[in-house]
Order: sequence, then structure tokens, then C-alpha cells
Amino acid sequence: MKILVPIKRVIDAYVTIRVKADQTGVENANVKMSVNPFCEIAVEEAIRLKEAGKATEVIVVSAGNAATQESLRAALAMGADRAILIETDQELQPLAIAKLLKAVAEKEQAGLVILGKQSIDGDHNQTGQMLAGLLGWGQATFASSLTLENDRATVTREIDGGLETLSLKLPAIITADLRLNEPRYASLPNIMKAKQKPLDRLNPDALGVDVTPRYKTLRVSEPPPRKPGVKVESAAALVEKLRGEAKII
Amino acid sequence: MRILVIAEHDNKSLKSCSLPVVTAASELGGEIDMLIAGHNAADAAAQAAKISGVKRILHCDAPLYERGLAENLAQLVASLSADYSHILAPASFFGKNVTPRIAALLDRQQISDITAIHDAKSFTRPIYAGNAFETVEISETPVILTVRPTAFDATPEQAESAAITALPPAEDTDLSAFVSRALTKSDRPDLANAAIVISGGRGLGSGENFKDLLEPLADSLGAAIGASRAAVDAGYVPNDYQVGQTGKIVAPNLYIAVGISGAVQHLAGMKDSKIIVAINKDEDAPIFQIADYGLVGDLFQLLPELRAALDNSA
Ligand SMILES: Cc1cc2nc3c(=O)[nH]c(=O)nc-3n(C[C@H](O)[C@H](O)[C@H](O)COP(=O)(O)OP(=O)(O)OC[C@H]3O[C@@H](n4cnc5c(N)ncnc54)[C@H](O)[C@@H]3O)c2cc1C
Ligand SMILES: Nc1ncnc2c1ncn2[C@@H]1O[C@H](COP(=O)(O)O)[C@@H](O)[C@H]1O
Repeated sequence: MKILVPIKRVIDAYVTIRVKADQTGVENANVKMSVNPFCEIAVEEAIRLKEAGKATEVIVVSAGNAATQESLRAALAMGADRAILIETDQELQPLAIAKLLKAVAEKEQAGLVILGKQSIDGDHNQTGQMLAGLLGWGQATFASSLTLENDRATVTREIDGGLETLSLKLPAIITADLRLNEPRYASLPNIMKAKQKPLDRLNPDALGVDVTPRYKTLRVSEPPPRKPGVKVESAAALVEKLRGEAKII
Repeated sequence: MRILVIAEHDNKSLKSCSLPVVTAASELGGEIDMLIAGHNAADAAAQAAKISGVKRILHCDAPLYERGLAENLAQLVASLSADYSHILAPASFFGKNVTPRIAALLDRQQISDITAIHDAKSFTRPIYAGNAFETVEISETPVILTVRPTAFDATPEQAESAAITALPPAEDTDLSAFVSRALTKSDRPDLANAAIVISGGRGLGSGENFKDLLEPLADSLGAAIGASRAAVDAGYVPNDYQVGQTGKIVAPNLYIAVGISGAVQHLAGMKDSKIIVAINKDEDAPIFQIADYGLVGDLFQLLPELRAALDNSA
């Protein structure tokens, strides 16, 4: 069984985000880029399934500009077998990405697609669910554990107030939550080896997908500021502030 | 204009996060229908009928909707969509799971986690873990939205109940099956709705310290307990205590962060709280930059003192 893992290149989670003065977006010149953390977890899970003999091949795919191949190489260095870059400079919204991924999943006859649950730049939390809907496959989002047995996937997922376990028919869509696993670091020899692994290039036209944006971003703005606070000297002083000034307890 | 709100419920009762979604729907202007898809969910439907502003309850009752599986629910909502200009659900784990699937079935682009409505087509939502907000405009219908519950007030009850219409089920997609559910039991207020939340981080050092130091304080304050990801990952408390970009979004009247450094991913889940208190031994911890009241010191000394101070002045 082939596992397809869609990954996104994003501004690194530890970069301080600054909104551009003209409100068209956030500063992205010369900032550190990384594989979206949830996608790394998805890649790790796929590699573990292959190591356990449950999968034959791990294919990573990403839609984005030419620099995105760097992120694909990072996933290859972790242990994915080959990569597909859907190259475009267009702005891509989740529905368009899901359509591109559907075309690739069908072309590759993937038996399982593992995505991240959320991209940490757009925070949409949509693409996996959309892909499942487009393909007519079952879905288990926010997965914290996954086992494959007899053409079914058993997935424990994080829900409000606890955990839920579902059993899905394969092929299916899984989206990874933080606790699914701890991604490995790529070793230097594997980083070198990754340079030789196949990386195919496609584009939206070749896949027959119209990626025209559906919504328009009117502006990007700073979060409302909080008014500066004060330091208090003692626990007693804090309680006094909370009762007297803030009148909150 | 007619608007469909997908209710979150557990068959017996409505989840409180459904109420702010009705408020958001009212801001759009138009008649509001609410869908209760469940099994033996008459009580939830009756409760929904009492929400102010809801015109009609669509009650679809069948075993295949008992657990809110996304595949079946999305199928049902897609079959109803032709009547609506907007379809809304809470941006809870439930809504995030099902709504994008509905959007895909309808060939629509969802707008996630909205925190403000400007008109029927333009909305504001947080991006980059709340470090920026984008305002977007979308011209297709139906508009598919998930609504951040803490950004809108809960709707009050109405005296007269809305009409309840029974709906036939759509076909069973049979793509997934429910196996089990393990919910964390607690007598404390629900994290998402509590007026006061006290959260612990890695600084707490152990699950026992949560029990011995945070729980008594939570009890004196009537507070819910939350945690940072570091505290959850270390196994001090269950997963569903996590506050932040990937956990719960809370906005209580009072949020007390104890032994939490204040990483952006944590702030994303609590910085809309009315009053924020931080207790940390590192005076340069980023949490102090957003705290209304900061207390610098060792939590092992300060928490017992805080409890004593609360009991004294009560
Ligand atoms: C994609 C992604 C998503 C994430 N999502 C979340 C999320 O949803 N929620 C979340 O919380 N995190 C999230 N994180 C993790 C986040 O980046 C931080 O690692 C985490 O919040 C740190 O938790 P902490 O503050 O408890 O631990 P630390 O950063 O280790 O801070 C511990 C603090 O305790 C203080 N302390 C220690 N001992 C004492 C003492 N005796 N008395 C007083 N103070 C003391 C220290 O000074 C320190 O400030 C996410 C990270 C990523 C990459
Ligand atoms: N441009 C992209 N290329 C490939 N996969 C993507 C892309 N954008 C998002 N994804 C996948 O969809 C997941 C959820 O993203 P989102 O719906 O944007 O929050 C990510 O974790 C990725 O697995």
C-alpha cells in the first residue's frame, strides 16, 4: 500500500510574526521556513508504518513555489521514498489544494493519505476533511494513535473532553495531531541520500485543476493590543487587586 | 436569506458552544434554522427550540447520527444546502471535523474560525496563532463558516419555542464506524465556559503538584483547570486540558497562568481573557507581557500563600 503525505512549507513556528505596514500580509522576506510541524508528524507516522511492514512506499507531496522543494527534501531525508512538487506561484486556498491532492491520490492510487491537522500559518484546519469529501473516503481527524489491520484503520482522535476511537474503511484520510508521535531528526547521511531521491514536478494545469482563489483577502492586521499590566509584590496584594480593582473574584 | 446553524450536542443536551454561533448567525441577518442530527435527541432539539432567534429546528433522528460521524453528517447537510445563504457551525473539535467536508461536497471554500462579521460576505479570522488577523470577502453561496465561540456572546433563551420539523435521514455512507469514547470526568466547570481558569505549565513539575497545589485553588475559586502543552506532554494532566493554538480556546473573566512561559502557541488560546494573571519565577517570561497582574516568584511558595490570602479575605 502506498501512503501519500501532503506537506506544507510555512514560516517556522518560532519566528516572531510581523504584519506588513501596508496590511497586505505578514513579513516573509528572509524569515526561516520549515515544514509545518503537523506535517512532520504525518511524515513520521507514514515512515513508521512502512518500517512496520504496513506500507510499501511513502510519497510526500506539496503544492507551492519552487523553494518548496527544500521542504520536500527535508521529508525525504526523514525517510520518505519520493516526492512530488506541484509547482505554482499562485495563492492556494484549501479547497484548491484538496483538489490538487485528490488528483495526485488518484494518480498514485494511494491507500492512505496522512495530512497534518492544521497549517500553522493559515490555521485553516480544512484540507484533510475536504480531500476526504472530494474522494468520498472516510476520515479521522486530530489523530493521536493509528493502527492498520485487515483493510481498516483504527484511529484514536482528540475530541472535546477526551478521546474517541473510530474504525475506518481503507482507503481513508487521517489528519495528525501533536501527540501522534515525535518526529525523528534526519541524520547527515540521510540528508545526503535524500538529494538522490526522485522529486517529480507537476503543475495545477497538468492535473486539470482550477486553483483560482475563492475568497479575497481585504487586509491583514495586528491583533488588538492589550493594555500593559503591573507587577504585584505578594499573593495578598494580588488578591486585593483582583477583588478591589478588577472586581473579578 | 436563510441561515443554517449546525448544532453541537450529545443527544441529551445542546453544547454551550452552539449558542454563540446563533448570535453570529443573527448578525448576518435572516431566518435561522438549527439542525439537530442525532439519535434519541428529542431533548437536545427541545432545548435548541428555546434559543432566542431560532426560527425552526430541523430534527433528523436516526442511529447513523448518534455519534456525529463526519461522513454521514456532511452528506445530510449537503442535501439541505440549497435552501441556505450561510451554513455555520462552532469552531470546536466537532465543527472543525465536519464543516470542511460539507464545503468540499458543495464545491465551496470554507472560512474557518471567524471572530467578527462585517457583512454577509466579509469576515475576520485569526491567522498565525492569533499573531495576525485577516479580513476576507467571499462572493459564493452558501457561505460556509465556523465560528469561534469565545468571540460572540451566548444567545439568551426565548419564551416561545421554535417549531420542530422532523427530517428523514440521508443514506448511511458506511465509511467509518464508532468504536469507543473516553471522556475525562470532572466535577469542575467546563474549561471552555468557566468564568475562571487556572492553568499550570511545566513549572508545576508533576501531576501530584497539579493535585496538591492547583486543585485546591481551583476549588476555592470555582475555576476550571487548564494546562500548557508541555504539562500535557509530560503527562501531568489529560490532553483535553490543553489551552492554545492546538488545544482549547478560552476567554474567561480571569485566567491564571502558573509556571507557564507564554509561548505564542499557548497565548493563542487564552489572550482574549478579560484579566490575565501570571505567576512565574522568571521575571522576563513572555507571559508577563500580556498579564494584567504579574507575580514573580517560586510557585511552590506563592500558591499556598495565594490560597491563604483568598481564604482570609473571603
Ligand atoms: C505547532 C505547535 C503547536 C503548539 N500548540 C500548543 C498549544 O496548543 N498549547 C500550548 O500550551 N503549547 C503549544 N505548543 C508548545 C509551545 O510552543 C511551548 O513549548 C509550550 O507552551 C511550553 O509550555 P510551558 O510554558 O508549560 O513550558 P516552558 O516553556 O518550559 O515554561 C515553564 C515555565 O515555568 C517557569 N517555572 C519553572 N519552575 C517554576 C517555579 N518553581 N515557580 C514559578 N515558575 C516556574 C519557568 O520560568 C518557565 O517560564 C505548540 C508548539 C508547536 C510547535
Ligand atoms: N500547499 C500544500 N501542499 C500540500 N499539502 C498541504 C498544503 N497546504 C496544506 N496541506 C496539508 O493540509 C494540512 C492542513 O492544512 P490547512 O487545511 O491549511 O490547515 C497540512 O498539514 C498539510 O498536510
